[in-house]
Amino acid sequence: MIREPFVNGTSPLHRLDPRLRILTAVLFSFVVALAERFPALWTGLALGLFLTVLARLNPREVFRRLAVVWGFLLLLWLVLPFTIEGGPVLYRLGPLAATREGLLLAARITLKSNAILLGLMALIATMPLTTLGHALDRLRVPPKMVHLLLLTYRYIFVLEQEYQRLSRAARLRNFRPGTNLHTYRTYAYLVGMLFVRASARADRVYRAMRCRGFQGKFYCLQEFSIRRRDWVWSGFLTAGIAATAVLEWGGLWL
Amino acid sequence: MGGLVAVDNSSSPLIRLRGISFGYPGRKQVLDGLDFTLHRGDRVGLIGPNGSGKTTLFHVIMGLVRPTGGTVELFGRPAGTEKDFREVYRRIGFLFQDSDDQLFSPTVLEDVAFGPLNLGLSRADAVAVARKTLADLGLEGFEDRITHRLSGGEKRLVSLATVLAMEPEVLLLDEPSTGLDQETKETLTQVLNRFALSCIVISHEIEFMEGITDVVYQMENGRILTDYYVHAHPHSHPHTCHDHNEE
Repeated sequence: MIREPFVNGTSPLHRLDPRLRILTAVLFSFVVALAERFPALWTGLALGLFLTVLARLNPREVFRRLAVVWGFLLLLWLVLPFTIEGGPVLYRLGPLAATREGLLLAARITLKSNAILLGLMALIATMPLTTLGHALDRLRVPPKMVHLLLLTYRYIFVLEQEYQRLSRAARLRNFRPGTNLHTYRTYAYLVGMLFVRASARADRVYRAMRCRGFQGKFYCLQEFSIRRRDWVWSGFLTAGIAATAVLEWGGLWL
Repeated sequence: MGGLVAVDNSSSPLIRLRGISFGYPGRKQVLDGLDFTLHRGDRVGLIGPNGSGKTTLFHVIMGLVRPTGGTVELFGRPAGTEKDFREVYRRIGFLFQDSDDQLFSPTVLEDVAFGPLNLGLSRADAVAVARKTLADLGLEGFEDRITHRLSGGEKRLVSLATVLAMEPEVLLLDEPSTGLDQETKETLTQVLNRFALSCIVISHEIEFMEGITDVVYQMENGRILTDYYVHAHPHSHPHTCHDHNEE
Protein backbone atom coordinates (compact mmCIF):
# COMPACT_ATOMS: atom_id res chain seq x y z
CA MET A 1 0.00 0.00 0.00
CA ILE A 2 2.46 2.64 1.11
CA ARG A 3 5.80 1.76 -0.35
CA GLU A 4 8.72 3.99 0.35
CA PRO A 5 10.97 3.42 -2.67
CA PHE A 6 13.09 6.53 -2.19
CA VAL A 7 13.94 6.02 1.47
CA ASN A 8 17.07 3.95 1.06
CA GLY A 9 19.94 5.95 -0.31
CA THR A 10 23.23 7.53 0.55
CA SER A 11 22.99 10.72 -1.46
CA PRO A 12 23.81 14.10 0.11
CA LEU A 13 20.08 14.75 0.39
CA HIS A 14 19.48 11.50 2.25
CA ARG A 15 22.13 12.50 4.74
CA LEU A 16 20.85 16.03 5.17
CA ASP A 17 19.20 16.67 8.52
CA PRO A 18 15.47 15.84 8.19
CA ARG A 19 14.36 19.09 9.81
CA LEU A 20 16.35 21.16 7.35
CA ARG A 21 14.97 19.07 4.51
CA ILE A 22 11.41 19.77 5.64
CA LEU A 23 12.05 23.49 6.00
CA THR A 24 13.73 23.65 2.60
CA ALA A 25 10.86 21.74 1.01
CA VAL A 26 8.27 24.06 2.56
CA LEU A 27 10.15 27.15 1.43
CA PHE A 28 10.61 25.76 -2.07
CA SER A 29 6.94 24.78 -2.37
CA PHE A 30 5.73 28.19 -1.26
CA VAL A 31 8.01 30.12 -3.60
CA VAL A 32 7.11 28.00 -6.60
CA ALA A 33 3.41 27.93 -5.75
CA LEU A 34 3.25 31.72 -5.44
CA ALA A 35 5.40 32.50 -8.48
CA GLU A 36 3.64 33.66 -11.64
CA ARG A 37 6.43 34.59 -14.03
CA PHE A 38 7.86 32.04 -16.40
CA PRO A 39 11.58 32.63 -15.73
CA ALA A 40 10.93 31.86 -12.06
CA LEU A 41 8.78 28.87 -12.86
CA TRP A 42 11.34 27.37 -15.22
CA THR A 43 14.04 27.92 -12.63
CA GLY A 44 11.82 26.16 -10.08
CA LEU A 45 11.40 23.20 -12.39
CA ALA A 46 15.13 23.09 -13.04
CA LEU A 47 15.76 23.18 -9.30
CA GLY A 48 13.29 20.35 -8.76
CA LEU A 49 15.01 18.27 -11.46
CA PHE A 50 18.39 19.08 -9.97
CA LEU A 51 17.24 17.91 -6.53
CA THR A 52 15.90 14.67 -8.01
CA VAL A 53 19.24 14.01 -9.67
CA LEU A 54 21.09 14.98 -6.52
CA ALA A 55 19.03 12.51 -4.48
CA ARG A 56 19.75 9.82 -7.11
CA LEU A 57 16.13 8.77 -7.22
CA ASN A 58 15.14 5.84 -9.40
CA PRO A 59 13.90 7.54 -12.61
CA ARG A 60 11.22 4.90 -13.21
CA GLU A 61 9.67 5.47 -9.79
CA VAL A 62 9.87 9.24 -10.27
CA PHE A 63 8.21 8.94 -13.66
CA ARG A 64 5.45 6.74 -12.27
CA ARG A 65 4.58 9.37 -9.70
CA LEU A 66 4.71 12.22 -12.17
CA ALA A 67 2.48 10.30 -14.57
CA VAL A 68 -0.33 10.37 -12.03
CA VAL A 69 -0.20 14.16 -11.93
CA TRP A 70 0.11 14.40 -15.70
CA GLY A 71 -3.24 12.69 -15.97
CA PHE A 72 -4.86 15.54 -14.09
CA LEU A 73 -2.83 18.13 -15.98
CA LEU A 74 -4.01 16.73 -19.31
CA LEU A 75 -7.54 17.40 -18.15
CA LEU A 76 -6.59 21.01 -17.36
CA TRP A 77 -5.01 21.47 -20.79
CA LEU A 78 -8.24 20.27 -22.34
CA VAL A 79 -10.50 22.47 -20.26
CA LEU A 80 -8.68 25.64 -19.24
CA PRO A 81 -7.96 27.21 -22.67
CA PHE A 82 -11.66 27.14 -23.44
CA THR A 83 -12.94 28.33 -20.10
CA ILE A 84 -10.60 31.19 -19.18
CA GLU A 85 -11.57 34.48 -20.74
CA GLY A 86 -9.25 37.23 -21.88
CA GLY A 87 -6.43 37.75 -24.32
CA PRO A 88 -6.58 37.01 -27.99
CA VAL A 89 -8.36 33.91 -29.19
CA LEU A 90 -5.77 31.53 -30.59
CA TYR A 91 -8.01 29.09 -32.40
CA ARG A 92 -11.60 28.02 -32.56
CA LEU A 93 -13.07 24.60 -32.24
CA GLY A 94 -16.64 24.87 -33.41
CA PRO A 95 -18.35 27.07 -30.84
CA LEU A 96 -15.34 26.85 -28.47
CA ALA A 97 -12.57 29.43 -28.40
CA ALA A 98 -9.12 28.79 -26.94
CA THR A 99 -7.60 31.84 -25.26
CA ARG A 100 -3.98 32.73 -24.75
CA GLU A 101 -4.65 33.36 -21.06
CA GLY A 102 -6.07 29.90 -20.64
CA LEU A 103 -3.08 28.26 -22.25
CA LEU A 104 -0.65 30.26 -20.13
CA LEU A 105 -2.51 29.32 -16.97
CA ALA A 106 -2.39 25.65 -17.88
CA ALA A 107 1.33 26.00 -18.57
CA ARG A 108 1.93 27.68 -15.21
CA ILE A 109 0.05 25.01 -13.31
CA THR A 110 1.98 22.32 -15.15
CA LEU A 111 5.34 23.85 -14.32
CA LYS A 112 4.44 24.49 -10.70
CA SER A 113 3.02 21.08 -9.94
CA ASN A 114 5.92 19.23 -11.55
CA ALA A 115 8.52 21.38 -9.82
CA ILE A 116 6.92 20.98 -6.39
CA LEU A 117 6.36 17.27 -6.85
CA LEU A 118 10.00 16.74 -7.83
CA GLY A 119 11.16 18.82 -4.88
CA LEU A 120 9.01 16.91 -2.41
CA MET A 121 10.11 13.56 -3.77
CA ALA A 122 13.76 14.53 -3.41
CA LEU A 123 13.47 16.20 -0.01
CA ILE A 124 10.56 14.55 1.84
CA ALA A 125 10.04 11.13 0.27
CA THR A 126 13.69 10.35 0.94
CA MET A 127 13.03 10.02 4.67
CA PRO A 128 10.99 7.24 6.31
CA LEU A 129 7.59 8.42 7.49
CA THR A 130 8.54 7.79 11.09
CA THR A 131 11.52 10.13 10.69
CA LEU A 132 9.22 12.68 9.09
CA GLY A 133 6.94 12.46 12.14
CA HIS A 134 9.80 12.85 14.57
CA ALA A 135 11.30 15.74 12.62
CA LEU A 136 7.93 17.49 12.57
CA ASP A 137 7.74 16.96 16.32
CA ARG A 138 11.15 18.58 16.73
CA LEU A 139 9.99 21.46 14.55
CA ARG A 140 7.25 22.01 17.12
CA VAL A 141 4.37 20.94 14.97
CA PRO A 142 1.52 20.22 17.45
CA PRO A 143 2.03 16.73 18.96
CA LYS A 144 -1.56 15.74 18.23
CA MET A 145 -1.01 16.22 14.50
CA VAL A 146 2.29 14.37 14.57
CA HIS A 147 0.75 11.40 16.32
CA LEU A 148 -2.25 11.44 14.07
CA LEU A 149 0.19 11.07 11.21
CA LEU A 150 2.23 8.35 12.90
CA LEU A 151 -0.78 6.35 14.11
CA THR A 152 -2.40 6.59 10.68
CA TYR A 153 0.80 5.30 9.14
CA ARG A 154 0.99 2.51 11.71
CA TYR A 155 -2.56 1.26 11.28
CA ILE A 156 -3.20 1.87 7.60
CA PHE A 157 -1.37 -1.39 6.94
CA VAL A 158 -3.51 -3.26 9.45
CA LEU A 159 -6.66 -1.80 7.89
CA GLU A 160 -5.44 -2.73 4.44
CA GLN A 161 -4.97 -6.31 5.58
CA GLU A 162 -8.48 -6.31 6.93
CA TYR A 163 -9.77 -4.92 3.64
CA GLN A 164 -7.87 -7.61 1.74
CA ARG A 165 -9.33 -10.31 3.97
CA LEU A 166 -12.87 -9.06 3.41
CA SER A 167 -12.52 -8.65 -0.33
CA ARG A 168 -10.83 -12.04 -0.63
CA ALA A 169 -13.70 -13.61 1.24
CA ALA A 170 -16.12 -11.94 -1.18
CA ARG A 171 -14.11 -13.06 -4.21
CA LEU A 172 -13.95 -16.64 -2.98
CA ARG A 173 -17.72 -16.66 -2.85
CA ASN A 174 -17.72 -15.78 -6.52
CA PHE A 175 -18.32 -12.06 -6.20
CA ARG A 176 -17.59 -10.35 -9.52
CA PRO A 177 -17.83 -6.56 -9.45
CA GLY A 178 -20.02 -5.10 -12.15
CA THR A 179 -22.20 -2.07 -12.72
CA ASN A 180 -25.21 -3.13 -10.74
CA LEU A 181 -26.89 -2.63 -7.43
CA HIS A 182 -25.53 -5.87 -6.04
CA THR A 183 -21.97 -4.64 -6.55
CA TYR A 184 -22.65 -1.26 -5.00
CA ARG A 185 -24.33 -2.88 -2.04
CA THR A 186 -21.47 -5.32 -1.55
CA TYR A 187 -18.91 -2.54 -1.59
CA ALA A 188 -21.01 -0.51 0.81
CA TYR A 189 -21.09 -3.46 3.21
CA LEU A 190 -17.37 -3.89 2.79
CA VAL A 191 -16.59 -0.27 3.55
CA GLY A 192 -19.07 -0.27 6.43
CA MET A 193 -17.47 -3.37 7.88
CA LEU A 194 -14.08 -1.74 7.56
CA PHE A 195 -15.30 1.23 9.60
CA VAL A 196 -16.73 -1.07 12.24
CA ARG A 197 -13.47 -2.97 12.47
CA ALA A 198 -11.37 0.18 12.52
CA SER A 199 -13.43 1.51 15.38
CA ALA A 200 -13.18 -1.75 17.31
CA ARG A 201 -9.45 -1.76 16.64
CA ALA A 202 -9.10 1.79 17.92
CA ASP A 203 -10.91 0.74 21.06
CA ARG A 204 -8.57 -2.17 21.68
CA VAL A 205 -5.45 -0.12 20.95
CA TYR A 206 -6.60 2.52 23.39
CA ARG A 207 -7.21 -0.12 26.04
CA ALA A 208 -3.76 -1.58 25.48
CA MET A 209 -2.28 1.89 25.81
CA ARG A 210 -4.14 2.51 29.04
CA CYS A 211 -2.82 -0.76 30.43
CA ARG A 212 0.65 0.64 29.91
CA GLY A 213 -0.14 3.77 31.86
CA PHE A 214 -1.05 6.07 28.95
CA GLN A 215 -2.30 9.40 30.26
CA GLY A 216 -2.51 11.39 27.08
CA LYS A 217 1.15 12.12 26.50
CA PHE A 218 3.16 10.73 23.60
CA TYR A 219 6.91 10.63 23.39
CA CYS A 220 9.30 10.94 20.50
CA LEU A 221 12.69 9.44 21.19
CA GLN A 222 14.61 10.12 18.01
CA GLU A 223 17.24 12.83 18.37
CA PHE A 224 18.68 14.86 15.52
CA SER A 225 21.87 16.79 15.33
CA ILE A 226 22.88 19.35 12.76
CA ARG A 227 26.44 19.31 11.54
CA ARG A 228 28.35 21.80 9.48
CA ARG A 229 27.74 19.82 6.31
CA ASP A 230 23.97 20.19 6.90
CA TRP A 231 24.26 23.95 7.06
CA VAL A 232 26.36 24.06 3.91
CA TRP A 233 23.91 22.00 1.91
CA SER A 234 20.81 23.77 3.15
CA GLY A 235 22.49 27.14 2.53
CA PHE A 236 23.21 26.04 -1.02
CA LEU A 237 19.61 24.92 -1.57
CA THR A 238 18.22 28.08 -0.01
CA ALA A 239 20.35 30.12 -2.39
CA GLY A 240 18.76 28.28 -5.30
CA ILE A 241 15.30 28.98 -3.96
CA ALA A 242 16.22 32.61 -3.32
CA ALA A 243 17.30 32.91 -6.96
CA THR A 244 13.85 31.69 -8.00
CA ALA A 245 12.23 34.24 -5.72
CA VAL A 246 14.40 37.04 -7.13
CA LEU A 247 13.34 36.09 -10.65
CA GLU A 248 9.74 36.44 -9.56
CA TRP A 249 9.78 39.42 -7.27
CA GLY A 250 13.14 41.05 -7.88
CA GLY A 251 11.84 43.36 -10.58
CA LEU A 252 14.99 42.67 -12.64
CA TRP A 253 13.20 41.22 -15.60
CA LEU A 254 10.31 42.70 -17.52
CA MET B 1 -8.08 -3.84 54.28
CA GLY B 2 -8.02 -0.88 51.97
CA GLY B 3 -7.56 1.68 54.72
CA LEU B 4 -3.85 1.41 55.14
CA VAL B 5 -1.91 3.47 52.68
CA ALA B 6 1.50 2.45 51.36
CA VAL B 7 1.48 -0.79 53.30
CA ASP B 8 1.28 -3.75 51.06
CA ASN B 9 0.68 -6.89 52.94
CA SER B 10 2.73 -9.26 50.91
CA SER B 11 0.88 -12.22 52.32
CA SER B 12 -2.41 -10.97 50.93
CA PRO B 13 -3.30 -12.35 47.52
CA LEU B 14 -2.27 -10.41 44.42
CA ILE B 15 -5.69 -10.74 42.88
CA ARG B 16 -8.92 -11.61 44.64
CA LEU B 17 -12.21 -11.61 42.80
CA ARG B 18 -15.46 -12.22 44.62
CA GLY B 19 -18.80 -12.82 42.99
CA ILE B 20 -17.86 -11.04 39.78
CA SER B 21 -20.73 -10.72 37.31
CA PHE B 22 -20.65 -9.13 33.91
CA GLY B 23 -22.98 -9.24 30.95
CA TYR B 24 -23.86 -7.45 27.77
CA PRO B 25 -27.47 -6.40 27.36
CA GLY B 26 -29.65 -9.04 25.77
CA ARG B 27 -27.13 -11.83 26.17
CA LYS B 28 -26.38 -14.48 28.71
CA GLN B 29 -24.14 -13.34 31.56
CA VAL B 30 -20.50 -13.62 30.47
CA LEU B 31 -19.25 -13.78 34.04
CA ASP B 32 -21.65 -15.09 36.61
CA GLY B 33 -20.64 -14.89 40.25
CA LEU B 34 -17.03 -15.71 39.52
CA ASP B 35 -14.65 -16.26 42.45
CA PHE B 36 -10.93 -16.43 41.96
CA THR B 37 -7.77 -15.79 43.95
CA LEU B 38 -4.21 -15.50 42.68
CA HIS B 39 -1.42 -15.65 45.25
CA ARG B 40 2.15 -14.53 44.76
CA GLY B 41 4.00 -17.17 42.77
CA ASP B 42 0.85 -18.75 41.36
CA ARG B 43 1.00 -19.58 37.69
CA VAL B 44 -2.47 -20.42 36.55
CA GLY B 45 -3.78 -21.48 33.16
CA LEU B 46 -7.38 -21.09 32.05
CA ILE B 47 -9.09 -23.00 29.29
CA GLY B 48 -12.66 -22.80 28.23
CA PRO B 49 -14.92 -22.74 25.21
CA ASN B 50 -15.35 -19.65 23.07
CA GLY B 51 -17.36 -16.98 24.80
CA SER B 52 -16.80 -18.44 28.25
CA GLY B 53 -15.61 -15.04 29.43
CA LYS B 54 -11.86 -15.55 29.61
CA THR B 55 -10.86 -12.30 27.93
CA THR B 56 -13.62 -10.42 29.77
CA LEU B 57 -12.14 -11.70 33.03
CA PHE B 58 -8.81 -10.07 32.13
CA HIS B 59 -10.56 -6.84 31.22
CA VAL B 60 -12.28 -6.83 34.61
CA ILE B 61 -8.98 -7.33 36.41
CA MET B 62 -7.44 -4.43 34.47
CA GLY B 63 -10.44 -2.21 35.05
CA LEU B 64 -11.14 -1.94 31.34
CA VAL B 65 -14.72 -3.00 31.94
CA ARG B 66 -16.70 -2.54 35.12
CA PRO B 67 -18.33 -5.66 36.51
CA THR B 68 -22.02 -5.38 37.19
CA GLY B 69 -21.58 -7.20 40.46
CA GLY B 70 -18.89 -8.40 42.85
CA THR B 71 -15.65 -6.95 44.11
CA VAL B 72 -12.15 -6.74 42.68
CA GLU B 73 -9.30 -6.65 45.16
CA LEU B 74 -5.77 -6.11 43.88
CA PHE B 75 -2.64 -6.31 46.04
CA GLY B 76 -4.77 -6.32 49.15
CA ARG B 77 -6.83 -3.26 48.25
CA PRO B 78 -10.23 -2.90 46.69
CA ALA B 79 -10.04 -1.52 43.16
CA GLY B 80 -12.98 0.30 41.69
CA THR B 81 -12.09 3.75 40.48
CA GLU B 82 -10.01 4.82 37.53
CA LYS B 83 -7.33 6.02 39.93
CA ASP B 84 -7.10 2.64 41.69
CA PHE B 85 -6.46 0.95 38.39
CA ARG B 86 -3.90 3.49 37.20
CA GLU B 87 -1.81 2.42 40.15
CA VAL B 88 -2.37 -1.20 39.17
CA TYR B 89 -1.20 -0.86 35.56
CA ARG B 90 2.43 -0.75 36.56
CA ARG B 91 2.12 -3.90 38.62
CA ILE B 92 0.03 -6.04 36.29
CA GLY B 93 1.18 -6.54 32.72
CA PHE B 94 -1.47 -7.45 30.18
CA LEU B 95 -0.38 -9.09 26.92
CA PHE B 96 -3.15 -8.60 24.38
CA GLN B 97 -4.33 -11.31 22.05
CA ASP B 98 -3.55 -9.30 18.93
CA SER B 99 -0.07 -7.80 18.90
CA ASP B 100 -1.22 -5.14 16.45
CA ASP B 101 -3.36 -3.76 19.26
CA GLN B 102 -0.38 -3.55 21.55
CA LEU B 103 2.29 -2.17 19.25
CA PHE B 104 1.22 1.27 18.15
CA SER B 105 4.51 3.17 18.04
CA PRO B 106 6.42 3.55 14.81
CA THR B 107 9.60 1.92 16.09
CA VAL B 108 10.24 -0.99 18.45
CA LEU B 109 12.37 1.02 20.86
CA GLU B 110 9.71 3.68 21.26
CA ASP B 111 7.05 1.11 21.89
CA VAL B 112 9.04 -0.67 24.58
CA ALA B 113 10.02 2.65 26.17
CA PHE B 114 6.41 3.91 26.16
CA GLY B 115 5.42 2.18 29.42
CA PRO B 116 8.53 3.24 31.38
CA LEU B 117 8.10 6.83 30.13
CA ASN B 118 4.52 6.78 31.37
CA LEU B 119 5.81 5.62 34.73
CA GLY B 120 7.77 8.85 34.90
CA LEU B 121 11.24 7.67 33.93
CA SER B 122 13.52 10.09 32.14
CA ARG B 123 14.14 9.53 28.45
CA ALA B 124 17.62 8.16 29.06
CA ASP B 125 16.43 5.76 31.77
CA ALA B 126 13.44 4.63 29.74
CA VAL B 127 15.63 3.93 26.74
CA ALA B 128 18.08 2.02 28.94
CA VAL B 129 15.28 -0.11 30.41
CA ALA B 130 13.87 -0.72 26.93
CA ARG B 131 17.23 -1.80 25.54
CA LYS B 132 17.85 -4.11 28.47
CA THR B 133 14.41 -5.70 28.16
CA LEU B 134 14.90 -6.27 24.45
CA ALA B 135 18.29 -7.83 25.13
CA ASP B 136 16.74 -10.10 27.80
CA LEU B 137 14.35 -11.41 25.18
CA GLY B 138 17.06 -11.91 22.59
CA LEU B 139 15.83 -8.98 20.56
CA GLU B 140 19.06 -6.99 20.29
CA GLY B 141 19.20 -4.99 17.11
CA PHE B 142 15.42 -4.64 16.91
CA GLU B 143 15.42 -1.12 18.37
CA ASP B 144 14.96 0.78 15.14
CA ARG B 145 12.79 -1.77 13.35
CA ILE B 146 9.40 -0.51 12.18
CA THR B 147 6.76 -2.29 14.25
CA HIS B 148 4.30 -3.10 11.49
CA ARG B 149 7.00 -4.75 9.42
CA LEU B 150 7.82 -7.34 12.10
CA SER B 151 6.76 -10.96 11.58
CA GLY B 152 3.97 -12.39 13.73
CA GLY B 153 6.40 -14.10 16.11
CA GLU B 154 8.59 -11.02 16.42
CA LYS B 155 5.52 -8.89 17.10
CA ARG B 156 4.50 -11.19 19.94
CA LEU B 157 7.94 -11.12 21.54
CA VAL B 158 8.20 -7.33 21.20
CA SER B 159 4.71 -7.03 22.73
CA LEU B 160 5.93 -9.10 25.65
CA ALA B 161 8.94 -6.79 25.92
CA THR B 162 6.66 -3.75 26.09
CA VAL B 163 4.86 -5.38 29.02
CA LEU B 164 7.98 -6.65 30.81
CA ALA B 165 9.70 -3.26 30.50
CA MET B 166 7.27 -1.98 33.13
CA GLU B 167 8.58 -4.64 35.54
CA PRO B 168 5.18 -6.01 36.51
CA GLU B 169 4.58 -8.41 39.36
CA VAL B 170 1.81 -10.27 37.57
CA LEU B 171 1.31 -11.14 33.92
CA LEU B 172 -2.02 -11.66 32.21
CA LEU B 173 -1.42 -13.45 28.93
CA ASP B 174 -4.29 -13.65 26.46
CA GLU B 175 -3.65 -16.44 23.94
CA PRO B 176 0.09 -15.80 23.84
CA SER B 177 0.86 -18.75 21.56
CA THR B 178 -1.85 -18.28 18.95
CA GLY B 179 -0.48 -18.12 15.45
CA LEU B 180 3.12 -18.78 16.47
CA ASP B 181 5.33 -21.47 14.96
CA GLN B 182 6.87 -24.15 17.13
CA GLU B 183 10.20 -22.41 17.45
CA THR B 184 8.75 -19.09 18.58
CA LYS B 185 6.49 -20.94 21.01
CA GLU B 186 9.53 -22.54 22.58
CA THR B 187 11.31 -19.19 22.83
CA LEU B 188 8.21 -17.76 24.49
CA THR B 189 8.03 -20.66 26.94
CA GLN B 190 11.71 -20.23 27.83
CA VAL B 191 11.38 -16.50 28.35
CA LEU B 192 8.27 -16.80 30.51
CA ASN B 193 9.87 -19.49 32.64
CA ARG B 194 13.02 -17.44 33.05
CA PHE B 195 11.06 -14.51 34.43
CA ALA B 196 8.82 -16.90 36.40
CA LEU B 197 6.34 -14.17 37.30
CA SER B 198 2.98 -14.87 38.84
CA CYS B 199 0.64 -15.13 35.91
CA ILE B 200 -2.72 -16.08 34.49
CA VAL B 201 -2.63 -17.54 31.00
CA ILE B 202 -5.53 -18.05 28.63
CA SER B 203 -4.87 -20.50 25.86
CA HIS B 204 -6.47 -23.21 23.81
CA GLU B 205 -3.15 -24.96 23.51
CA ILE B 206 -3.04 -26.95 26.68
CA GLU B 207 0.42 -28.39 26.09
CA PHE B 208 1.91 -24.94 25.67
CA MET B 209 0.06 -23.82 28.78
CA GLU B 210 1.32 -26.70 30.87
CA GLY B 211 4.85 -25.63 29.96
CA ILE B 212 4.43 -22.26 31.65
CA THR B 213 1.84 -22.79 34.39
CA ASP B 214 1.55 -25.01 37.44
CA VAL B 215 -2.17 -25.57 37.33
CA VAL B 216 -4.83 -25.35 34.65
CA TYR B 217 -8.47 -24.63 35.42
CA GLN B 218 -11.51 -24.95 33.26
CA MET B 219 -13.76 -21.97 32.74
CA GLU B 220 -17.42 -22.61 32.10
CA ASN B 221 -20.67 -20.68 32.31
CA GLY B 222 -18.97 -17.56 33.58
CA ARG B 223 -17.13 -19.26 36.41
CA ILE B 224 -13.77 -20.85 37.05
CA LEU B 225 -14.04 -24.46 38.14
CA THR B 226 -11.21 -24.56 40.64
CA ASP B 227 -12.24 -27.87 42.07
CA TYR B 228 -10.91 -29.82 39.19
CA TYR B 229 -7.64 -29.66 37.35
CA VAL B 230 -7.23 -30.14 33.67
CA HIS B 231 -4.44 -32.22 32.24
CA ALA B 232 -3.08 -32.44 28.76
CA HIS B 233 -4.40 -35.39 26.87
CA PRO B 234 -2.08 -37.18 24.53
CA HIS B 235 -4.83 -37.07 21.93
CA SER B 236 -6.91 -34.25 20.63
CA HIS B 237 -9.11 -32.43 23.06
CA PRO B 238 -12.29 -30.54 22.39
CA HIS B 239 -10.90 -27.05 22.79
CA THR B 240 -8.56 -26.56 19.89
CA CYS B 241 -10.46 -24.05 17.86
CA HIS B 242 -9.31 -20.45 17.92
CA ASP B 243 -11.56 -17.78 19.19
CA HIS B 244 -11.05 -14.32 17.83
CA ASN B 245 -13.11 -11.35 18.88
CA GLU B 246 -13.99 -12.93 22.17
CA GLU B 247 -15.21 -10.17 24.41
